[in-house]
Amino acid sequence: MKDDKILMGHGSGGMMTHELIESMFVRYFDNPVLHEQGDSALLKLSGNHLAFTTDSFVVDPVFFPGGNIGKLAVAGTVNDLAVSGAVPRYLSVGFILEEGFPLDDLERIVKSMAEEAAKAGVSIATGDTKVVEKGKCDKIFINTSGVGEINANRLAISSGKNIKPGDKIIVNGGIAEHGMAIMAARNDLNIFTSVLSDCACLNDLISLVLHTSENIRFMRDATRGGLATVLSELVQKKNFGIRINEAQLVIEDSVRGMCELLGFDPLYVTNEGKVIMVVAAEDADRIVERMHSNSLGKKAAVIGEITVEHNGKAWLETSVGGKRMIDMLSGQQLPRIC
Amino acid sequence: MKYIDEYRDRETVQALAREIKRISKRPVKLMEVCGGHTMSIQKFGLPALLPETVELISGPGCPVCVTSRSYIDKAIAFCRQKDVVIATYGDLIRVPGSESTLEKERAGGAQIRVVYSIMDALQMARENPDKKIVFPGIGFETTAPGTAVAILEAYKEGVPNFFVFSAHKVMPPAMAALIDEGVKINGYIGPGHVSTITGKGIYMDIPVKFGLGVVISGFEPVDLMQSVLMLVRQIEDGNPQVEIQYKRVVKPDGNVKAQQMMEEVFVLGDDWWRGLGILKKSGLKIRPKYAAHDAEVNISSEGMVALREPKGCICGEVLKGLKKPKDCTLFAKACTPRDPVGSCMVSGEGACQAYYLYNR
Repeated sequence: MKDDKILMGHGSGGMMTHELIESMFVRYFDNPVLHEQGDSALLKLSGNHLAFTTDSFVVDPVFFPGGNIGKLAVAGTVNDLAVSGAVPRYLSVGFILEEGFPLDDLERIVKSMAEEAAKAGVSIATGDTKVVEKGKCDKIFINTSGVGEINANRLAISSGKNIKPGDKIIVNGGIAEHGMAIMAARNDLNIFTSVLSDCACLNDLISLVLHTSENIRFMRDATRGGLATVLSELVQKKNFGIRINEAQLVIEDSVRGMCELLGFDPLYVTNEGKVIMVVAAEDADRIVERMHSNSLGKKAAVIGEITVEHNGKAWLETSVGGKRMIDMLSGQQLPRIC
Repeated sequence: MKYIDEYRDRETVQALAREIKRISKRPVKLMEVCGGHTMSIQKFGLPALLPETVELISGPGCPVCVTSRSYIDKAIAFCRQKDVVIATYGDLIRVPGSESTLEKERAGGAQIRVVYSIMDALQMARENPDKKIVFPGIGFETTAPGTAVAILEAYKEGVPNFFVFSAHKVMPPAMAALIDEGVKINGYIGPGHVSTITGKGIYMDIPVKFGLGVVISGFEPVDLMQSVLMLVRQIEDGNPQVEIQYKRVVKPDGNVKAQQMMEEVFVLGDDWWRGLGILKKSGLKIRPKYAAHDAEVNISSEGMVALREPKGCICGEVLKGLKKPKDCTLFAKACTPRDPVGSCMVSGEGACQAYYLYNR
């Protein structure tokens, strides 16, 4: 059955989104910069290397434990720049507001955007405002774009083209927290009051890592589609494999409990403050140790490695010693998560 | 996490694996009837821990998978009627009918709402008296009591706009039919949730008539490995019987109150199963007393399309355990979770999806 309409799964960040991007956007917009399809586009303007990215936010509910749509909109774009190896500098902000949206709520959102931008050291340099009739959008949608400078010797980070077998894979802490915080807020699951979104700007932590080692081979923030989707995207059509050790993954008890109860696989649940790094084996321990000194890297750990076997596939050694494949999210796990 | 970590303990699982390897002499095929077991086995990667002599095959225990395409066609016909809202569990909305899915109907403007409980659907009916809320009742003895409760409440309270479209089924006729059809298995890993309701009585015929053991299992890796060990031991000792491994939940008599409610609301009728065809007294039909809440009696299915089965799909054989998903020429090519041809690829409990996600 061929789709002739947009379905919710097209926005999942998984396989359907990829297909839509390829068959529609890349097909018509194709150019060498777009072709790279990293988290940010890498540009060269007047001899300077820049990273450029954009992201839209439609999260429901607008306020959730650990953040709100504004904080998310700043952190999301800052992180897309930072994981490309760039230093984020300027953001633009576009608001689409629904008639009747309370100004107090808008102020709370804008204030937290300003705070988050200040924390990340970026300026919000330009913006746009549109209002639509009641019912024509849901409360507030935000688009942010961002530019940052990137050092010429970090240009390979976003494609991961220097990855080698033996490299170690690091994550900076507990996974699946944003997705489950949204679920808890949406369903009034009061028993899970301790589940907070991990939404945060990662550029400080990433800068620390880039100053610790020259051998950072790849970085990506594990947002929609979760850890599993990033890893399977990374490994596709490559002449190496990935092995992840489930026992090394950090999943907070409350998050794990909620995933169990609602039937979610935490590997596929959205994060908004988690970066996956592939680094040279000899530097891995030193990097993890340095990450522990940053509040967003306290639970950083090596979770797996790049292998010579299983080319093009990501495998998980399960906590009980079994083995299974990790794949891209194929349908839709949760709509309007970011 | 308490009550979970104990059943995912690496050392215990490895010890069970060693014991299975030690006592297993003859090659055996064990069928897990329940889709939840299939998913768990693949998710924890258990086949890699079993000796070559023990093969696990998946059975017909995924409710969405055994449901007919014409059921989906009818649900789609319902959702196209004026004022009808379909309130359904999420896994049904992507199941292909002959020409469409509920998901595509929703994109086209039909009112399809995903609910986590049938009680949410009943509440929706109370709050929207001008709409007809139709809940597609899918599942075995596990979910049927919940449906019975909702129908009883709607009946007592008088919620005239709440309807159930029942495709509920019972498990034992399918387990017997598989063996009658000549499917070669040496034992059943019995469904944990179904048995929580029914108790072990419904399986007592199986060792007697067919000489096969049934071990009712829990869903964690330790549960499943222990159940495999119990079955292998029965087979090696030549002593097939019905045993409960999942003792912390399943009582020998089951949940008598739930059984009574099912009995009150439903009557057994013949029903169609994917792969098995029509099985006598295997479907739960709403009794005439509660006909006011039966969608098939009250909602028009005008415009329902003619049934069209997809070519090349071997869901039927997969459900019978005769073939593995990888044997299908469509598997992971024309048929993926993103664009499923057969129902076994749609459901989170379907064998094809479990193999696609975890063991491709």
